[in-house]
Amino acid sequence: MDNILEELQPIFRDILDQPDLVLTRESNASNVRDWDSLSHINLVTSIEKHYKVRFALKELQELKDVGDMIDLIEVKLAAK
Amino acid sequence: MVQSLVRLSVMNLDICSIDELLLKRKSLRRELASAEGLQSVRIAVLGGSTTNEVVDLLEVLLLAAGFQPTFHQSEYGRFYEDAVLDPSGLIAFAPDIVYLHTSYLNVQTVPPVHCSETELQGYVDAELDRYKQIWQSIKQNLASQIIQNNFELPAVAILGNMDAVSSGGTSRFFLELNSAFARAAASNPRLLLQDVHGMSARVGLDHWFDWDRWFSYKILRTAEANLAMARSLASMVRAIYGKSRKVLVLDLDNTLWGGVIGDDGIDKIQIGRETPVAEAYTAFQEYCLSLQKRGILLAVCSKNDEETAKQGFEHPDSVLKLEHISCFKANWAPKHENILEIAKELNLGVESFVFVDDNPAERAIVEAQIGGIAVPDIGPEVSRFAAIIEAGRYFEPVSMSQEDLSRASLYQANAARVSYEAKFANYGEYLDSLLMSAEIAKFKPLYLERIAQLTNKTNQFNLTTRRYTLAEMEAISRDEQYIGLYGKLRDRFGDNGLISILLGRREHDVLHLDLWLMSCRVLKRDMELAMLDTIVDECRAACIHTVQGYYLPTKKNSMVADHYDKLGFKPVSVNAETKASVWTLEVAGYISRNRHIKILEPTHG
Repeated sequence: MDNILEELQPIFRDILDQPDLVLTRESNASNVRDWDSLSHINLVTSIEKHYKVRFALKELQELKDVGDMIDLIEVKLAAK
Repeated sequence: MVQSLVRLSVMNLDICSIDELLLKRKSLRRELASAEGLQSVRIAVLGGSTTNEVVDLLEVLLLAAGFQPTFHQSEYGRFYEDAVLDPSGLIAFAPDIVYLHTSYLNVQTVPPVHCSETELQGYVDAELDRYKQIWQSIKQNLASQIIQNNFELPAVAILGNMDAVSSGGTSRFFLELNSAFARAAASNPRLLLQDVHGMSARVGLDHWFDWDRWFSYKILRTAEANLAMARSLASMVRAIYGKSRKVLVLDLDNTLWGGVIGDDGIDKIQIGRETPVAEAYTAFQEYCLSLQKRGILLAVCSKNDEETAKQGFEHPDSVLKLEHISCFKANWAPKHENILEIAKELNLGVESFVFVDDNPAERAIVEAQIGGIAVPDIGPEVSRFAAIIEAGRYFEPVSMSQEDLSRASLYQANAARVSYEAKFANYGEYLDSLLMSAEIAKFKPLYLERIAQLTNKTNQFNLTTRRYTLAEMEAISRDEQYIGLYGKLRDRFGDNGLISILLGRREHDVLHLDLWLMSCRVLKRDMELAMLDTIVDECRAACIHTVQGYYLPTKKNSMVADHYDKLGFKPVSVNAETKASVWTLEVAGYISRNRHIKILEPTHG
């Protein structure tokens, strides 16, 4: 789980162009600068490509923060 | 340091993957936008789906190409309204370019399945009319260039194969609509068509649409598809501003032919039809020639002795001839110096150059030494060179002027195709229509490898199925007792290469045919008649009176069991056990039989 958080960090830093961003499980669109709907699309697309998984429409709707995202990725990877 | 960073990112953009580009887009944009002397371009994007991703990618690509783009995007799906009903926002933005980014989902009325041919035309006209209103409104209100995409085929074809045929098929409708768009663009200089139909086929429709992103964000296409769209758009913008490239600078050894001409000699370089590798180099030369014919200048830049290098173009199978090369530099000076010389002689800037070389070290130095030149990484496989160069979209034209085209040759090719569609009264007429020409001559060092190879792989049209090594063939070619003929056949569809071998061994005034074979790709072309004519001529010249033929049956060569009988040879004997047969033909009284193949003087080599 820590692993996934560590792997997500550079993706978020790149997409949001914030080299100093420190990501936590509690990070979400309202407490991370520039995490708007467009960045969100880029984040999801890049994370899907990184892990070679696809998120279902319903799963995407239910994501609240980075913690949810990590849990979802774990489920997806375990199912592979 | 900043400068070198920028150069680095620019270099990578042509080839980098969508994954990399999505991740690094923001930092790339920051770096690239800091460069000086960027040319401003204002682009309004009127979208039928969410356009942000394609615009974000386009922005980075344009920055890398030396533009400073400013974008205006319509709300998704409001392309018609923004262009026709309320163009005030568009007018206020004053774009240089208006890009209409629409998809098959934006069509107002798709014909119902029961639609008739006449009704189909009505549906096409109605949709075309809606777009004509858009283009007309933009033309009236703005001074901008319009880029309109045509349509990909729909994601589902509910009528299966009939979908492209039936007047009620959705695929058929879009094919018709695309033709109508093409005609509209061909007659309207303000309107440029972006060929999404072709692009989507190249990427593949299954990798083109992304329904999850469509339902979630109204982004219709995959990131890969949007990158393909952005790359093509960037090349169109470059072309609009006259920044398309105009010169293809080519290395020679292992780029235009296989092997090193200075070491291997003209006989051993790989070009022509005789091996797969040679075929691949020939195909690449044909690609280069096709660029030359549409107005791209070809230049040579090679580390070679000039005279030796030029010999390569005199190879009988070289598609490219010296006359196609606008500037020829073969010497031992560094390549970047030669390229600057070429630029001077052609009076063109190096930023209009593309440099193609199989050697990564040469590419690296040229790229580092000459700012603005394009140096695609063509990789190690000649079969991929053309596709990799194409993917760079370096030579995008926005219009084809008279001077761009060698029209005469284009028209010739078309005329030939049309006449071929006519029907034939008999087989001879068909053979005549093939416009065949053959080169039949005694063995040459250049072809011995191919000759030995053919003896080892030809099984069906092979009278004796004797196999020879290259060394044996080399010995035979020097032995006065042998008459060895090779035959090459060309027809309207191209060069079939070296396809037939006839080998005779002299004993007094008799020539024994040890070998007669032909590749099956030229069966029933009368090539065997042309070969026989030539061997009889050779016999006459050498005072040989009788030709003796042998048929040795195998499991695979029954197609030539009656070969000698059909050619008018007389049976001499048949071995009761093996069924091997012997045949003779008297040279005196033989009349040439080939009627349909023109015999060419052999080329030297």
